[in-house]
Amino acid sequence: MHLCWALARPAPRRTWTERLKGVMKTAAKNENFSYRLWRYEGQPGELIPLLQSAQEHFGYIPRRAITYIAGVTGIPESDIYGVITFYSQFRLRPMGRYVIRVCAGTACHVSGAKLIRETIEDELGIEVDDTTEDGLFTLNTVACIGCCSLAPVMMINDDTHGRLTPASVRKILRSYRKKASETADTVAGAS
Amino acid sequence: MKKLVVGMGTCGLSAGAQATYDRLEELALQHPDVCVMARTGCIGMCYREPLVEIREGDSRAIFGGVTPESAEELFRKHVLEDRPPDGESLVFACGPDGETSGAECGFLDLQERIVLRNCGTIDPESIEDYEFSGGYLGARKALLEMDPEEIVQVVKDSGLRGRGGAGFPTGLKWSFAAANEGDRKYVVCNADEGDPGAFMDRSVLEGDPHSVLEGMIICGKAIGASFGYIYCRAEYPLAIRRLQIAIASARDKGYLGTDILGSGFDFDMKIKQGAGAFVCGEETALFASIEGERGMPRIRPPFPAEKGLWKKPTNNNNVETYANVPWIIVNGPEAFSAFGTEKSPGTKVFALAGKVVHGGLAEVPMGTTIEDLVFKIGGGIKNGKEFKAVQMGGPSGGCIPSSMKSTPVDFESIPATGAIMGSGGMVVMDEDTCMVEIARFFLDFTQKESCGKCTFCRIGTLRMLEILERLTRGEGVPEDIEKLEQLSVQIKEASLCGLGQTAPNPVQTTIRYYLDEYKAHIFDGKCPAGECQALVEFSIDPEKCVGCTLCAKNCPVDAISGKVKEVHVIDSEICVKCGKCITSCNFGAVVTR
Repeated sequence: MHLCWALARPAPRRTWTERLKGVMKTAAKNENFSYRLWRYEGQPGELIPLLQSAQEHFGYIPRRAITYIAGVTGIPESDIYGVITFYSQFRLRPMGRYVIRVCAGTACHVSGAKLIRETIEDELGIEVDDTTEDGLFTLNTVACIGCCSLAPVMMINDDTHGRLTPASVRKILRSYRKKASETADTVAGAS
Repeated sequence: MKKLVVGMGTCGLSAGAQATYDRLEELALQHPDVCVMARTGCIGMCYREPLVEIREGDSRAIFGGVTPESAEELFRKHVLEDRPPDGESLVFACGPDGETSGAECGFLDLQERIVLRNCGTIDPESIEDYEFSGGYLGARKALLEMDPEEIVQVVKDSGLRGRGGAGFPTGLKWSFAAANEGDRKYVVCNADEGDPGAFMDRSVLEGDPHSVLEGMIICGKAIGASFGYIYCRAEYPLAIRRLQIAIASARDKGYLGTDILGSGFDFDMKIKQGAGAFVCGEETALFASIEGERGMPRIRPPFPAEKGLWKKPTNNNNVETYANVPWIIVNGPEAFSAFGTEKSPGTKVFALAGKVVHGGLAEVPMGTTIEDLVFKIGGGIKNGKEFKAVQMGGPSGGCIPSSMKSTPVDFESIPATGAIMGSGGMVVMDEDTCMVEIARFFLDFTQKESCGKCTFCRIGTLRMLEILERLTRGEGVPEDIEKLEQLSVQIKEASLCGLGQTAPNPVQTTIRYYLDEYKAHIFDGKCPAGECQALVEFSIDPEKCVGCTLCAKNCPVDAISGKVKEVHVIDSEICVKCGKCITSCNFGAVVTR
């Protein structure tokens, strides 16, 4: 029975892919920091989305972004600072090129996440929440990535690496370092 | 015509499903007359990802661990040559006559799928797919044929209880919000799944976002609200993207907006991204966060049904609760309460993880025992170790020991053990897990996530954490256990919200069931499970050591001796138990006892 009305609807004018592209384009535009600031008309509850788009734009929340937001919204800078420091997503310092997020969820914990974290700290010579001196890696922990069946897990930027061992962690980190030095060479060579 | 479906939830993608999909698509494009490609959300068997399903008519076969290389063989054998499903990678097969076979039948056989009815079968990015599988029929029925009172009554009759953890009757909650007058009312969906080790809501949002939207629309009609918010964790980018697509296409099809389906009812919704604060799972803190403030809980009363978001009457439920609603409306309350127990009807989705063989998502009727979940569905403990405990309810929950494995899982039996039902995370632990260390782990989490408003939660949890850290370092004193118990009671009594009121649960349950382990840490200076680094001895397994000298080079106190290509030895007199040798060994040869 339920098929009838679904079939009876008129065919869409645009194909599904076209509509999807449209949706994603609008979504991307709406998250843009300056667009959001420009569009702000005193709607309540906009502070966190503004901060999120600022972080998206700058990679962290610089002092000047706080000033911009305070100027446009009229929210005191101190209040904005209070919100930034409350949420773990927001950062006040720039992050490295590769952001490592080691999962510290329960499933990863019982599968040896501590050992993985210590190995990364040892390999990079930094502690959690620090960035390496060359600006390549930032190490963070995250409560749960949601890939519990692959535990222990870490994410480097958007790539997830699962079923880690100390040896595989070192191998992965070294491959990123190698990749970075190779791209640095090509950039230098090109210029 | 065959349909090749690839499971592309976060679990699948992180196991490499994209590469598998790309390779299969390449092959499928070469044979467009034989098969079509499709994608779907989490199928549930996360432990065998990436999963590929071959569908033809009513028969289906699921293959696990399909890499781009093995995809080619799979395509040739089972798509081109049309051989019956077999081989090691076959996970589950269901013939046209409904006969099931395959290595992992047990995982699916005990399950009853209401919430996950579409997860792993439909394309989550296609509203047409959802409609074909009976989607938006519930909204249609509720909006066109039912009064708000009737909807509330149906939900009440079904006995549905909130799936976020506390188990408050959903129908009753709706009737409160419906009874309160207000110029605007709100429907809020709590998708801030913060419990480490729980991923049910993520899978529903990624695999079947429309079911949540539909549940919210029905709730809007029932309580007289015209706007909804979905508060989703920013750590779930894929879920947010799929929700955005779902909302846009629902608007496009006229399920959201003004005069929905010609019923005269208006409803629209918006996604709010969380910014990483566990306490925002608490409803009043969640409202504060939507309003753009620090996510701190507020004093109740007034309850959200009276003064919630923007001080207007608000109904807040969790993802899984909303996903149940359309099914109840379509199939009737009796069909729902036929599942489960008398006081906890319906089904519950569990995220099985930890030391269990088959980690993944399982939806079972309420009242299924822990034993069935861990052994029949979960396939038992990894590496043949001994089952020790399950942890339920995340940082607010507790550990249930293996001796109580026959406990049925429902809203009455689980709280009786000292744990809580929680949102459905079930982390399985084996003999190598130290219970004191687990208590420390959860306290560390709640301590960091405490918003700091209530003194007992802010400082009390810190004092408890200090004691637990001392215990795991082997520096415990006899009064510690008593102090922990005392602090637990005080924090529970003097905290405003659920975070503080439940924070001591992991400590209380571990003291209750594993007092011996606490005592061993304090009086014998030993960690029976061999996990607490300061209380164990380091040694090198001669069978695994290849004599690479890496450990000796990394040892800060030169406690390791041995020559190249010879087995190394640790001198426990000198060893400071820093763990450098474990992290530097490439062969896993350093063992702790």
